[in-house]
Amino acid sequence: MLTRMETLAAPTTEAVPVSPPPETIRLQPTRGFSRVLAPRELWRYRDLAGQIALRDITIRYRQTALGGAWAVLQPIGFMVVFSLIFGNVAGISSNGLPYPLFSLAALVPWVFFSNALLLGSDSLVSNSALVSKIYFPRIFMPAGVIVAGFVDLGISIVILMIIVLAWGFVPSLAILTLPLLIVIAAATALGASAALSAVNVRYRDVRYVVPFGIQLWLFITPIVYASSSVAEPWRTLSAINPMVGVVEGFRWATLGTGNAPWDLIGISAAAAVVAFLAGLAYFDRVERAFADYV
Amino acid sequence: MGEIAIETHELGKRYTLGLRGRGYGTLRESVMEAPRRLLSREKRERGDQLWALRDLSLTVRSGEVVGLIGHNGAGKSTLLKILSRITEPSAGYADVTGRVGSLLEVGTGFHPELTGRENVYLNGAILGMRRAEIRARFDEIVEFAELERFLDTPVKRYSSGMSVRLAFAVAAHLEPEILLVDEVLAVGDAAFQRKSLGKMNEVAKEGRTVIFVSHNLAIIQALCNRGVLLERGEVKADAPIGEAIDRYLRTLESAATDDLLERRDRDNRAYDETLVRRLEILDASGGHPNVVVAGRPATIVIDVTEHLPKMECQLTIVNSLGQPVCTLDSEMSAPVDVRGPETGTRLECEIESLPLLPGRYRIDVIVKGKRHIQDGLQAAAFFDVEPGMVGNRPIAVEADGDVSLPHSWRLPA
Repeated sequence: MLTRMETLAAPTTEAVPVSPPPETIRLQPTRGFSRVLAPRELWRYRDLAGQIALRDITIRYRQTALGGAWAVLQPIGFMVVFSLIFGNVAGISSNGLPYPLFSLAALVPWVFFSNALLLGSDSLVSNSALVSKIYFPRIFMPAGVIVAGFVDLGISIVILMIIVLAWGFVPSLAILTLPLLIVIAAATALGASAALSAVNVRYRDVRYVVPFGIQLWLFITPIVYASSSVAEPWRTLSAINPMVGVVEGFRWATLGTGNAPWDLIGISAAAAVVAFLAGLAYFDRVERAFADYV
Repeated sequence: MGEIAIETHELGKRYTLGLRGRGYGTLRESVMEAPRRLLSREKRERGDQLWALRDLSLTVRSGEVVGLIGHNGAGKSTLLKILSRITEPSAGYADVTGRVGSLLEVGTGFHPELTGRENVYLNGAILGMRRAEIRARFDEIVEFAELERFLDTPVKRYSSGMSVRLAFAVAAHLEPEILLVDEVLAVGDAAFQRKSLGKMNEVAKEGRTVIFVSHNLAIIQALCNRGVLLERGEVKADAPIGEAIDRYLRTLESAATDDLLERRDRDNRAYDETLVRRLEILDASGGHPNVVVAGRPATIVIDVTEHLPKMECQLTIVNSLGQPVCTLDSEMSAPVDVRGPETGTRLECEIESLPLLPGRYRIDVIVKGKRHIQDGLQAAAFFDVEPGMVGNRPIAVEADGDVSLPHSWRLPA
């Protein structure tokens, strides 16, 4: 047995990369912001980050009958319901656009955002076995959820574009701003879910607050209505909700109509940066104690 | 002996009681508690804190295989958690040179929905392996686990033995400079345990630094060359392994006071609604408690502080090297068991004919009530078995093992 293992091991050891000379790490009580904002540390654990993201993607729809179709069914389902209620019955203005398209273009980034927030805020608690047994930069947990969400987002954007084209709309060059809008949504989601997941470690109330909060957030974001129906200065001010800029930007970029809402996008981008930094800063402060509480 | 691999300087870890164990509270609770805390600020600062580790200074050179021994709650696991960076120390520092791999619980990070193959990569990354390393050693890992056929089956369909084998195989092929191992070899069937032990032995011989925690002193003795005895968060002894184990066994015995309520090293999972006050083993003929004769009837008597509904008791008899000999568990009930109010707060376990070889043993006890573990104590009592007759047959003086079975022979004339 032993000799067989040795012969097996011999050729493979050469393939293993030569490990760098060992470095000394000092473990001591830390204060202030030093953990999340340590790029070297994140880089050192890059393989684990990749594996966690891969895991989140793989398990998302495993053992579901419809699988990845759920990525599309959620926004489409909302679109149908919203079109019936708000488009037909309530007769809400959609800036002259077909209501289904008007709502779907907003729902695609919204569903990405709300799922990231919902799963991300629970990520540390649902992975408590890992958090209490293994060291790794904890930010990988909420971040992995968001990376996995990109896959869903990609699928639903493709479907959105197919529907847009089938409806006879041709997107303009504005579609090139989509990556920027996605970054704004992702930064907001990461900032918010990092902070919420950290609070969740201490107070499980977060589990009940988040679904409720997401529903409220849906209505302060111009998804069922157009932000143009909001009177100034409230329209502009509302963009401190980063999803306002994202949603109006998505409509403009994918439907290829209307004026560029750069004012909203600009304010939302600034708000997203603040949410991102504040969320990570809070996460960083409390991260060191996660294993003691979770 | 190489350079210094781990050096700790006055390392300390403080837990605020009430936070550990009952992991979390609700927001409401902490809002409600705020005024009370303001009023009794001083008491909280002093009384509710526990130093799980205190002023621990230790130097481990690379290539050393160190066994950490001590009671439950002595700080062994806390030390490993600090060294593996899961939790931060509250005082002092530790300098760690080299990559640290920790095996704190086999199968941590296995995801039930993922297949065996996917889990090998995930688990490898969790344990700190580079992706290229895992790929290079993948076949070796799978062969060690003996699971070639089930690689693409989700781990949730594995038997527990299979997932343990896979988890250990991944962990055993890890190549960190420093390996921290906590109580992981007590898994799998006997053959796999032997294989795992062999693998650990190999790792130790390769000149890597290993810090090892186990309650099984025989395994520790076999693998380690240096022993560190911890007691209440402090180093009580740091010596060659044999000496450290002797010290530990002696502290175990001196801790076995008549009044067990004085013991502080209780099971930390327990609810503590009732506590073991006293535990003794009595020979049928009377005489000294905790001295019994092989082959004769014996009774283990456990006194607890409170009577609770649905009380159960689990006793483990452990030999002098810390290896369990047998477990007596009231939850595995039999028609001969008697349950009645007249016993009050006393639980008794009768053994018709004690099949133990002469020597020194200890009894670990877990008491359950209301379907929870209420109290647990290691080494609640020590007892000596005197030579006797088992099944009317005298016991051989040089008998191997821990037990003697009543038996009969049929032989040619």
